[in-house]
Amino acid sequence: MSATQLTRTVSNREPARHSTVTRVVIYTLLLLFAVVYVLPLGVMVMTSLKPLDEVTGGNMFALPHALTFDPWVQAWGEARIGVSDTAGINGYFLNSIKMVIPAVLISTLLGALNGFVLTKWRFPGHNLVFGMMLFACFIPFQSVIIPMAVILGQVGMLGNRLRDLTGSSFGLGDPIVNLVLIHVIYGLGFTTLFFRNYYEVFPTELVKAAQIDGAGFFQIFRRIMLPNSTPILIVTVIYQFTNIWNDFLFGSTFAAGDTSPMTVALNNLVNTSTGIVEYNTNMAAAIIAAAPTLIVYIVGGRYFVRGLMAGAVKG
Amino acid sequence: MKTIAVGSPSRTDAPSGSLRTKLQMMLPRIVLAPSFALVLVFVYGFNLWTFFLSFTNSKAFASTHLVGIANYVKMWNWTFETDPPSNWHTALVNMVIFGGLYVGFCLFLGLALAILLDQKIRGEGILRPIYLYPLALSFIVTGTAWKLFLDPRIGLEKAVHDWGWTSFHFDWVVNPSKMIYCVAIAGIWQSSGFVMAMFLAGLRGVDSEIIKAAQIDGATTYATYRRIIIPMMRPVFLSAIIILTHLAIKSYDLVLSVTGKNPGGAAELPSTFMYSFTFTRNQMAVGSTSAVMMLATIAAIMVPYLYSELRQKRT
Repeated sequence: MSATQLTRTVSNREPARHSTVTRVVIYTLLLLFAVVYVLPLGVMVMTSLKPLDEVTGGNMFALPHALTFDPWVQAWGEARIGVSDTAGINGYFLNSIKMVIPAVLISTLLGALNGFVLTKWRFPGHNLVFGMMLFACFIPFQSVIIPMAVILGQVGMLGNRLRDLTGSSFGLGDPIVNLVLIHVIYGLGFTTLFFRNYYEVFPTELVKAAQIDGAGFFQIFRRIMLPNSTPILIVTVIYQFTNIWNDFLFGSTFAAGDTSPMTVALNNLVNTSTGIVEYNTNMAAAIIAAAPTLIVYIVGGRYFVRGLMAGAVKG
Repeated sequence: MKTIAVGSPSRTDAPSGSLRTKLQMMLPRIVLAPSFALVLVFVYGFNLWTFFLSFTNSKAFASTHLVGIANYVKMWNWTFETDPPSNWHTALVNMVIFGGLYVGFCLFLGLALAILLDQKIRGEGILRPIYLYPLALSFIVTGTAWKLFLDPRIGLEKAVHDWGWTSFHFDWVVNPSKMIYCVAIAGIWQSSGFVMAMFLAGLRGVDSEIIKAAQIDGATTYATYRRIIIPMMRPVFLSAIIILTHLAIKSYDLVLSVTGKNPGGAAELPSTFMYSFTFTRNQMAVGSTSAVMMLATIAAIMVPYLYSELRQKRT
């Protein structure tokens, strides 16, 4: 099954002939569902633009009377998150960016190299290696989280020692570095899968010809494979970006307080049990947290869907 | 003239020459090795480690004191402890409710939307992204949105009251015995678009000749779908059920965000059970045992699926 079939709106089939009544029913149902899918986000946006008394006193479906952007300013720079002293979610947003960029780049590059090896430089047992990497995509992370906590604890202690000795921990024990490492490792299965399936149909003759011309492994990879990989690079980057940005389990386990990524901070902000619940600020923060992946989806929707399909259906 | 014996693609029995050529031939495997080693250690090694911990009496810290299958016996007994229900019993019951509703409704809605969209309708390019955008959101954002939407004080119940239907009552999101249904609603909203995309790709792949033939034979549209097209979607059903089931078992963030950190363990799932027993109740051995159960369930579903998918490709 290929995603091009999905994006092909004009199919070669005869137009379905329906009576007017049937067509009205079809459109009504489709629009009804569209409304249901849009409503939660719509309510979120409207709530974030209302003063608090209008949120608690008014109807959530009503448009804002006294339009205000204060909740957005609050969420970004002033709201208190958990017991932290830092104000607003901007620091956590930055944490997520610092985590997501290296993690996406490294896991994508490794995936491309792995895919290249697994298709064009096959060795006995290549399918077993691939199968084992593929299964790694689907494990519940609960089954690795305790050993990971033990190991990262050790690494952190090593980092402290190094800092005492040399004045720098060299990143050992740094939560952001840890999360980058984790996301690279547990993203490898998917990135390898994407590139393997893409390179599988890439003409081997081109690789052979380049070899005869004396090109080495990395030369072929850089000059022939990569320039021809743009679509799958976009798919992989989008897929990894969305997954890593949206991760909560690892972020909440291995980062705490000011080093938390965005999703963890949002959860802490929304579930603070002290004081009045500032729904409007919470919703503004949620939209800010969702914005990067939503923008990626709007800009690269086609590739986004392709990645999802490739991640689910391997055939 | 360069030699062409630098290891040919997809072949490993090329003649060996100098150390340099040998190294050249090994290079692809050397490139793949770090990734594979990472997966071996951090996935398979860690899984084994967790498996080992499930036979120890680890509390707050990992211990090596073996206690045999005592933890498994404990969890087996908890499975049937209903008065008051143990957390594990609640987790299993909730898993069945949540998993059943999530998989069932995602399949139903996904197929229904895909069939409706496949009727040569106008505006598919606008409707399809609307059904799919929740996938770009993190579970935390989705949960935050639905928690607000379903909150009886400011959300749906209040809005309906404002419109005049004052006897309308919907407080599931704050009612411990009904919370898990709200988690299911949010989950279905998030994932049904994905299933729709899978079915749509499947429908677009159906040979138009088959449909024409059915119509010439006088079959109604309904009969064509029921007897011919939907049965042809069997592989899509299989993929979707497997992917959805594995997602349901891994669901974690959604529970926390929809319910507001799962008060009193009312919406407990195996994933939250594992986390709270390991990290807050200091019963790491029990946590590991539940993680092993999750892993075993997912492996039982995914391994045969991945195996058949990989085999299909080869033939």
